[in-house]
Order: sequence, then C-alpha cells, then structure tokens
Amino acid sequence: MDLLRFFTAGNVDDGKSTLIGRLLYDSNSISTDIIETLTRQSKTTGVNSDIDLALLTDGLRAEREQGITIDVAYKYFTTEKRKFIIADTPGHIQYTRNMFTGASNASLAIILVDARNGITDQTKRHSVLCAILGIPNVLVCINKMDLANYSEARYKEIETDYLIFAQQLALKNISFIPASALAGDNVVTRSDKMNWYKGPPLLEFLETIEIVEAKKIEASRFQVQYVIRPQTDELHDYRGFAGKIVSGTYKKGQRVVVLPSGIESEIEKIEINQKEVTVAEANDPVVIHLKDDVDISRGNSIVSIAHLPKTEKEITATICWMDNAAFIPGQKILLQQNSFRTKAIVKEVISKIDIHSFLELQSDGSMKLNDICKVLIKTAEAISFDAYADNRATGAFILVNENTNNTIAAGTIN
Amino acid sequence: MNKKLDYLVELEAEAIYILREVAGQFDRPALLFSGGKDSICLVHLALKAFRPGKFPFPLVHVDTGHNFQEALDYRDNLAKTIGEKLVVRKVEDTIKTKKLQDAKGKFPSRNGLQTYTLLEVIEEFEFDACIGGARRDEEKARAKERIFSVRDEFGQWDPKMQRPELWNIYNGKINKGENVRVFPISNWTELDVWNYIKREKIELPSIYFTHERECVVTEHGQLMCTNEFLQLDGNEEIVTKNVRYRTVGDMTCTAAVESEAYEIDDIITEIKEAKISERGATRMDDRVSEAAMEDRKKGGYF
Repeated sequence: MDLLRFFTAGNVDDGKSTLIGRLLYDSNSISTDIIETLTRQSKTTGVNSDIDLALLTDGLRAEREQGITIDVAYKYFTTEKRKFIIADTPGHIQYTRNMFTGASNASLAIILVDARNGITDQTKRHSVLCAILGIPNVLVCINKMDLANYSEARYKEIETDYLIFAQQLALKNISFIPASALAGDNVVTRSDKMNWYKGPPLLEFLETIEIVEAKKIEASRFQVQYVIRPQTDELHDYRGFAGKIVSGTYKKGQRVVVLPSGIESEIEKIEINQKEVTVAEANDPVVIHLKDDVDISRGNSIVSIAHLPKTEKEITATICWMDNAAFIPGQKILLQQNSFRTKAIVKEVISKIDIHSFLELQSDGSMKLNDICKVLIKTAEAISFDAYADNRATGAFILVNENTNNTIAAGTIN
Repeated sequence: MNKKLDYLVELEAEAIYILREVAGQFDRPALLFSGGKDSICLVHLALKAFRPGKFPFPLVHVDTGHNFQEALDYRDNLAKTIGEKLVVRKVEDTIKTKKLQDAKGKFPSRNGLQTYTLLEVIEEFEFDACIGGARRDEEKARAKERIFSVRDEFGQWDPKMQRPELWNIYNGKINKGENVRVFPISNWTELDVWNYIKREKIELPSIYFTHERECVVTEHGQLMCTNEFLQLDGNEEIVTKNVRYRTVGDMTCTAAVESEAYEIDDIITEIKEAKISERGATRMDDRVSEAAMEDRKKGGYF
C-alpha cells in the first residue's frame, strides 16, 4: 500500500473543509466520539446540515468561531488501496503562505471551484502556486453542482475556461470532477444526478491516480545531516555520514564528488540501520563511508561524478515572501536548503509575478507578505543545487531572518 | 513487495530524517520518554538514526508519580539495555519546591502539573529541543502543529504565529530561552504505529495487552483501574474485566478498554474495528472542553 499526499485549495466558501469532512465521514474514517462532539458543536455554530463537516478540520478555537480555516490542518485516512495525508489549506489571500506550506510536500492538488462562480481570481492564484511549486497532478473539483442544477453545460464551460487559463502555466495532468460535497455527489459514491459524467468519483480518483513525481533527472543526490563518530575503542576510526538519499542511487565503489569542496572520493560502504547494503536509493536513510579521509560536515553534498549539480554563489529564484514585515533591501538573511545553511542577501528583486496571470511585472524592489517575486540571491558559501523543475528536493530553499529567526520566504531555484 | 510502495518505509524514513535534523541543528536536545508506545517507537527510530553512535540526547521522563509500574519498569530496563542516559524528574518534587496545589477530585490528574516539571527540566538542562511522540491524528489542535514547533521561554505555543514549514526543510533557529518541540511521527496514525511495532517486532509494556483488572466505571462509562490515587466515595460501580490500554498515561486519567487482544495482530484488528478514537476512548483530560488540548499547549504542555 502506498501513500498519497495531497492538498486542497479553494475560495473561502467553496466548501473545502466540507469536502474533506465528507471524504472522511463517508469512508468511515471518523470515530463515533468525534461525530458526537461535532453534532454538539454543529448545533451551536453549524450552518447548513445536521453535522457541519467543516468543523472536523477547523481545529483551532478562532477557526471554529469565525467559520474559516486559518492554518494548515493535516488529516489522515486509509482505504483498502491507499493511505492518504491531506493538507487542508486556507483559501483566503492573507493565508497564501499557509497554502504554500501545505502544498510544498504534495503530489496532487485539489482546486475547488464553486460551480456558480466559475474560475475566479483565487482559482487562478492557487493554480499559479501549483505551477510555481511544480505540483505534478492537479484536480479541479467543480463543487456545489447541486446549486447549478447539476448542469453539464455549466461544467463544460468551467472546464474550457480553466484549460484556456492553465495553458500558460504549463500545468501537467489536469483532471476535472463535478461534485457536491454537501450533498455527497461524486465524493465517495457516484452521483445519480450527473449521469453525463463518466469519470470516477473523487475517492476512486484518489485511490487510482498514478503518483507522478516530476523528477526529470535521477542524478545521485545526497546531503550530510549528521556525522556519526562513536569514538569507542572498537569503532575508533568509524566516521559515517548520515543523511537521506534525495534522488538517484548510490552504490558501493561509486566515484563521487564532495561539494562544495569539489574533492573526489569513492564510496567504501553504505549502511542502513547498521547493515551494509550494496545499493541504496531515493528516500533511504543511510550512513555513507568514503574511502578517503575527506573533511566533510553537515550540509555538504556527496554526488555522483557523472552528473554534477551546479555549485554557485549566485542564484536566481522565484520566492514567496512569507513574513509580516516587508523585505528590507540589504537585509542579511540565512538561506537553508535541506541541511545546508549559509548567510545570504537578496541582491535584486528582478520582477514581481502577477499571481492571477502568471505574468512578470516590473518590480519596484519591494516585497511584502504573500508577494511572489523573481530574485537574485548572493550566498556567502557556494550552494549546490539543481533547478527546481528538475529536482524538487535540491532546488527548494527557505530564507530565515537572522534576527527574529522566522522563516520569511520560500523559494524555488530557476 | 516493492519497498517504495510500503508507506511505513516512507514514514520511517521521514522520522529518521527529522531526528537527524534535530541532532544537526541543536546543541542540547532531549527525547521526552513516557513509556508509552509512541515514545518507544521514537527510541527505536533513534537507534536506526544514530547507531553505532550514541544518541545525541538523553531520554527524559517527567514522572507524575501516577505512572503504571509496568511502564516505569519498562523505561528503566530500556535505558539500561540500550545504554543511553535517562533523566527522571518528579512532579512530586515540583509540587513541594514550587508549593503547588496537588490535583484533587475523584480522579486527581496531575496532567496539568507535569507542565511545571517539564519546563523546570528544560530550564535545568537548558534543552533547546525536546523530541516528543505526539501525532497529528490524535487531536484537532495537534493536527495544526508544525513538526518543529517553536515555544517561547514560557513553553507557550502560539498557533497563529507558527512558522511556515515547507518541503522537508526544518527551521530550528531560535533565540536564547526559546525551545523547539519536535514531533517526528506527526504524520503517523495510531494504526501506523501498531503496524510499525509489528513489523519491527518492538517489545511493549505488558499493559498494552489484555489482562484482568479491577476497574471503576466512570460517569461516562470509561474504565479506570482501581489504584491508591483515586478518591473514591464507595458508591462507585467496581467491575473486574479483561482490559488493555490503548494509550499509557497516568493511572488517574487514562482509561482502559475492554479487550481480548493477546497479540499485536489482535490489537490491530481491534483498532480497525474500533468506533471510538484513541484519545476519546481513553483520556479524561480532553473531555474538559472542545479546546482543552489547544489551551494546554498554549500553556506549555506537550
């Protein structure tokens, strides 16, 4: 059984939380005591049905009081076919950063569209974010079909509108489902009110969709998280580099390069849970030993000599500004890419991306909360990376304010 | 089976990655160990992350004084077997030194009081990161918490000021006095934990399996084992049943569930069929209000 991570995005009233609630409720993933609590809460705050399913994901008091989702809520459910991790993300523009957060790990986006309103500015914004984050699969769920007379014409109209808009985003694998989360149409069971729709209901779609990870290059990438040195009598010379294989494979005897130093060596031994293995692949938590006594510390990369990443002190990237405080030109910051951290500075705000049209606009050099900009960053130490489009794990980074320590931006390297 | 298709492999790799990030980013981390199945899994994962090296952190147990003896024995035995440092601090001592009011009532839970001891031990050792076994599926406030959750010097969680957490990049930068609570198994469900325990053949304290026990039936129908800490008035219904524990907390706030589960497979079957959530079935402390957990976390609780 495999694992699918997806996130949901939509307008404030598109019924995202209700849809997730419906998925969990109709797939028997909710326990009776929770339903009991919900029923009690629904009587005081619920608006539209016996049980307000949205209350399932709105876990904070402020959210329940205001009837909106503020932060990402993670929900879990399992069917016979798959385990699912859902990131329910807020739709409102002021919480774009939270959506970015929930989306960053997902391999599928569900974008909700209200059948009455069609494609809105928010739909476009969410789709642009999917394009920037390279989400490999996008499902447009046209919700509230019950309020649009379950009309096929309306569904087709929205589908066409969306496809025209999506062309410029180069989104891949776009699918559409007409549904009503509130009434349960095409969520878990097939709707009998939309016989014109021949595709699967949502749950079946989720269970069967092939998880396409857009990893164009399978070059060997590994970053050192921690150096294991027992320094005991019997393991006096043991020096293992612990980390996760990011992509590609590693083999005993393979020629490798340590970055940023550029020193070459050979893999002497790979261990997983103290057992030696001859080959390790992406996602394996390994301990790597090199033949030569090379100076390596946390954040260094050990990569295949056959396919090197770029190692530079200047990168151009698309970043989403996430701090309440606006960007200050010249501000000293930290850049973190997985376990690699270096001092950095944003040298230039090249352009601002219009998140409704995906067009690059001229920048006035400012960046404030939720802005998405193309920037030139200079780092104190050279960073080894691949373009985000080629490798999500080595092309992504965060920026940290050195003074407050807050995460102030998330970026993808161009 | 193709190992890429096994979600437990993915969850395990994620947890090991997080533990190694803690080791790489912090000077004085700690692993909060309760003797419960979730923290037992954490220790197992730490063995995979750091052996043949030593753990870069001690195990820390906040002993409420209301623990099950089986869990305490397990704790001591585990620390000895793996040869790692164990720090135990008692809520009893905090009550004395800080002149705190001990818990009262029929079921006098020290759940709230253990926050004081936890904050004290963090201060004593200047821990900058505390690893815990909390999971997002347990409770709705937990579902909102980051994997690296920054707490201020009073241990408080501010849900509205959480740092965005992207990809698997964890920002553990903090100011002096602050600390980070780290939850490596955030994305595991109760069933995942049991499937993992089964796959890895992890030993557990005996109270997780069925045994005969004398219990008080609470007003909500929960079964609380009779013990010296309860303040019973003699009018309670006392029954003897075959029970086990789904979570191992204090004897004063953790209820047992009726069960005939002798082995892990039986437990997995029971959980799959269970209609009541883990905390709902067993925790009296969450019943206080809809936002009980959110409020406790804001106050420094795990």
